Amino acid sequence: MVLIYIDHSEGEIKKSSYEALTYGVELAKLLGTEANGLITGTIHGDAAELGKYGISKVFQVNKPELNTIDAAVLTKVIAQAANDTGAKEIVFSHNTTAKTIAPRVAVRLKAGLVSGVTSLPDLTSGFVIRKSVFSGKAFANVKMNTDIKVISINPNSFHISKNETGNAEVIQLDIPVPASSIKVISVNKVRGEVPLTEAEIVVSAGRGLKGPENWGMVEELAKTLHAATACSRPVADSGWRPHHEHVGQTGIQIAPDLYIALGISGAIQHLAGVNRSKTIVVINKDPEAPFFKSADYGIVGDVFEVVPKLIEEIKKIQ
Amino acid sequence: MKILVCISKTPDTTSRIAFKDNNTKFDDAGVQWIINPYDEWYALVRAIELKEKDAQVIIHLITVGGPDCDPVIRKALALGGDLATRVNSTDSDSFNIASQIAAVAKTEKYDLIMTGKETIDFNSSSVGAMISELLEYPFVSLATKFDLNNDIATITREIEGGEETVELKLPMVISCQKGMAEQRIPNMRGIMSARTKPLNVVEPISVAATTEYLNFSMPPAKAGVKLVPADQVAELVRLLHEEAKVI
Ligand SMILES: Cc1cc2nc3c(=O)[nH]c(=O)nc-3n(C[C@H](O)[C@H](O)[C@H](O)COP(=O)(O)OP(=O)(O)OC[C@H]3O[C@@H](n4cnc5c(N)ncnc54)[C@H](O)[C@@H]3O)c2cc1C
Repeated sequence: MVLIYIDHSEGEIKKSSYEALTYGVELAKLLGTEANGLITGTIHGDAAELGKYGISKVFQVNKPELNTIDAAVLTKVIAQAANDTGAKEIVFSHNTTAKTIAPRVAVRLKAGLVSGVTSLPDLTSGFVIRKSVFSGKAFANVKMNTDIKVISINPNSFHISKNETGNAEVIQLDIPVPASSIKVISVNKVRGEVPLTEAEIVVSAGRGLKGPENWGMVEELAKTLHAATACSRPVADSGWRPHHEHVGQTGIQIAPDLYIALGISGAIQHLAGVNRSKTIVVINKDPEAPFFKSADYGIVGDVFEVVPKLIEEIKKIQ
Repeated sequence: MKILVCISKTPDTTSRIAFKDNNTKFDDAGVQWIINPYDEWYALVRAIELKEKDAQVIIHLITVGGPDCDPVIRKALALGGDLATRVNSTDSDSFNIASQIAAVAKTEKYDLIMTGKETIDFNSSSVGAMISELLEYPFVSLATKFDLNNDIATITREIEGGEETVELKLPMVISCQKGMAEQRIPNMRGIMSARTKPLNVVEPISVAATTEYLNFSMPPAKAGVKLVPADQVAELVRLLHEEAKVI
């Protein structure tokens, strides 16, 4: 049985969890088995609705203390849920939650783990799965040798598939929750904005913008496209933009459908964070900027002239 | 207080990525090796800062790999580690690496074990969490801030959709990322003293392989950029709308 971990933030199910559901359902078809979901903690809305994504059952350990990400506690609960339900493949989305708990769950279940997965397995000789390596510059085919397997899929790598109807049976699991040693002092969630790692469109800007006072047009372009904003490392290091917008080798790695780079040269360390984007648009006044080599579309021009026109033209087609 | 900092050797960020032997091995011809940036800039430098505040702190470095890791671990000693251990195992499966480190940690009993949030070659984000399970320690991942008051740590960490600050008691394992500390450059005194600091090589324990890297491939090359003249922005919008279908 394939068990899909359904991550949520303050009760809201994450987009990446829907991707994991679709992946898990496809995986179960391939293996000729059943796909079910697992929720730890409390969610808003009706868990039965998750049947629309193709799963038959949703197991839930409905205890509010599980809403805090304590790796030691969640590991024990998830591992027991996997054992009790007879799960053989456990699917996570490779987000901050999975980075904290999936490797621990794998150790506890004596399972192999592959994270950053970008394909369904090839079953012709064993169980071989593809993952992203070298910060998106290459892929590796990895063979999993264990009976139980933990798979953590790259966000934005699989399309979500949802049916009009479908009802999953919701089954409450009675699993004891061990005491947590982690005390949460404060939580600071970014509200109202599109989270960078989940955004379908990202508008990003670099040193070519000259100074923080010029970000108005970047934000306006992002707003017009319902996009998230990002930046290059020197921009975050100079304090022009917050650190959580820094993408690249040493920042956040993203894979949106559309990445628009304004006044960014396209250094190899920057590309390492964005090269999995499906379509890349580069606007740079230097025709020799290395970013053009990795772009799908480009304009050689001054961002201060091109971006206002771009906003205007996009509004025309909306 | 004893801190263990896990150090991994990775290709320099500007390295050309290519493979050899029928795409089964990374082609390291001409590649310069560095300390994995997350291990160095964030984990190790934060450990050094803790030692600067409290001279009782001992920083022990550990790496799992062959003799080709020695120059990188010496560089980490030059930055500020007190002593180092290399576990002589070249199997790069995360579970093997975590098991080797946990085996050393079981006898040495560290108060704090620090890793980078991931390596820039395998990007698995898993060794820290695995060590914590093997030792049954609490684990805090993706830490951006770490402060210590006696044996109580206050840590800010990234969570889905934001960040939170948590408090917990040593011992623990943490994975570190941007925000923890600023990059440093080793000075001459550090480089000289690193030569005489102990680097112990120990033989690995036996660990069954849970996963095996079979081969590698490169993503399909981009078809090439379509350039649109700067005075025809409407054409770019049309292409994104009708051809790429992304807006
Ligand atoms: C170990 C390591 C890790 C790193 N990690 C990262 C990382 O994670 N992320 C990252 O981004 N960088 C990273 N870097 C830094 C990286 O090497 C580059 O220095 C950085 O990405 C450059 O940022 P930039 O493109 O904004 O600035 P620049 O390289 O200065 O480029 C500015 C660009 O703007 C263009 N421009 C200027 N004015 C205009 C205008 N009016 N209109 C249009 N275009 C204009 C210029 O032609 C130029 O191409 C790392 C470096 C190292 C050594």
